[in-house]
Amino acid sequence: MEAIEGAAAAPTGRSVDDNIIVIRDLHYSRGHRKIFDGLSLEIPKGRVTAIMGPSGTGKTTLLRLVTGQILPDQGSILVDGEDVVKMRRKELYEYRKRIGMLFQNGALLTDLSVYENVAFPLREHTRLPERLVRHIVLTKLHAVGLRGAWRMMPSELSGGMARRVALARAIAMDPDLILYDEPFVGLDPISMGVIVRLIRRMNDALGLTSIVVSHDVEEISSIADRTYLISDGRVVASGSPQDLQANCSAVVMQFMNGMADGPVPFHFPAPDYGEQLLGRED
Amino acid sequence: MTKILRDVVYSVQDFLQIFGASQLFLMRILAGCPAAFLRPRLIIKQIHDSGVLSLAIIGISGFFVGMVLALQAYNSLARFGATESLGVLAALALTRELGPVVTALLFAGRAGTALASEIGLMRATDQLSGMELMAVDPVRRVVVPRFIGGVIAMPLLAAIFSAMGLFGAWLEGVVLLNVDEGAFWQQMRDQVDVYDDVLAGILKSFVFGIAASLLAVFEGYNSIPTAEGVSRATTRTVVLTALSVLVLNFMLTAMLIGEV
Repeated sequence: MEAIEGAAAAPTGRSVDDNIIVIRDLHYSRGHRKIFDGLSLEIPKGRVTAIMGPSGTGKTTLLRLVTGQILPDQGSILVDGEDVVKMRRKELYEYRKRIGMLFQNGALLTDLSVYENVAFPLREHTRLPERLVRHIVLTKLHAVGLRGAWRMMPSELSGGMARRVALARAIAMDPDLILYDEPFVGLDPISMGVIVRLIRRMNDALGLTSIVVSHDVEEISSIADRTYLISDGRVVASGSPQDLQANCSAVVMQFMNGMADGPVPFHFPAPDYGEQLLGRED
Repeated sequence: MTKILRDVVYSVQDFLQIFGASQLFLMRILAGCPAAFLRPRLIIKQIHDSGVLSLAIIGISGFFVGMVLALQAYNSLARFGATESLGVLAALALTRELGPVVTALLFAGRAGTALASEIGLMRATDQLSGMELMAVDPVRRVVVPRFIGGVIAMPLLAAIFSAMGLFGAWLEGVVLLNVDEGAFWQQMRDQVDVYDDVLAGILKSFVFGIAASLLAVFEGYNSIPTAEGVSRATTRTVVLTALSVLVLNFMLTAMLIGEV
């Protein structure tokens, strides 16, 4: 079992070349609130890695840091040996051409059809003839099972369909790395099953590296090769989903078993209940 | 007293900050303009959205403004026996002032709010972030075509407003109030100057187009990504555009006339 506390969680014995992303001693604050306090982790190439943690723990912020949308206060984020923190705008855009991201809500362009949404990155970055664009778009839509919806507008799609179209768009440029931000939120069981299967299948068939940010323990455990559990700005446990299930740490047990109270308290910090009811609190 | 002074200082500071940020944003937009003209389809779509879709409100408003202008002017001119001057008065008022100014105010209410809320909602629904992550600059792809579309649409709309206003003035003055039609058009031809009046009006509406489009895209792009944030950006677009247009109108008029 692999379950290591804090910054010491990073080294795993895996050679650096096996990792597509290496994050070291990451610090990030929003206002006075510390989001990451020396976070270190590694994302292995060609695998599905899950980032889990309670709500508000900074999972989405981590993705924004990895994609260079925000900069950390301290630390490094190495992607294939290049530090995202030090990249200039042009380098950052070149790097982003190699990654795909699936947003929680799909983030489809609402004034474009399904077809045009998937074609969007191809039209912006390539000068491919229309016949080839059409071929690629239909192939990607077929892969997510929505070739028949190519004429539809985003407003006509269900939540699950929108996410599948967004997935087709994310893989349109054949990226090396794909990031999923809470891909299961608000989906019915069938759509959720489809997305779960697609993440695994895409990863294996296209030779991608996938990072899935989620707090759906059951779904993510079924497809992740490696899991990181983040809490209080640090990695509190890592390993295979089975390792985390067997972990006896109070934080891990509370999260994996969905317990209402524990190291993450049920009550938000508040003054004494009695004092507050009597109106004596400051 | 200290509190009032502090509030004034903060307000001035806020204004200067927003003004500076909007000018930097304008620089980013201008830098993206040459590339945008290589993709004319995007600009044509925005001219359609900002211009063609505003035609009804601009045309109808121009028509009624022209009618009211003729009615009011007729009653005043009749006292001096100068009702034949109705045509030239309406033409000068419409081409120099009412056309550019009222069109800009209506543009802010129709197209400006649409631009601000559309871009604001794109931010709130992660569409702009999505573009950034696809290595596409949202300023160049989303903002610049909308800005250019607005700047091109405004003078055209102002011209249509003035034309509809003249039609309204003709209908009211010549058809309903029996002003001599020959005098109506002849005085207009003699006294309306292409450069001093018509081109001055077009220049004004071009400047108003830059101000109105810039404020709309700036407010939308920088809106807080919530329902309240988008709503606030939309309101600010109308208020700031109206104030800017009125202040700019005074400055441009003073410059064009050469007196203050």
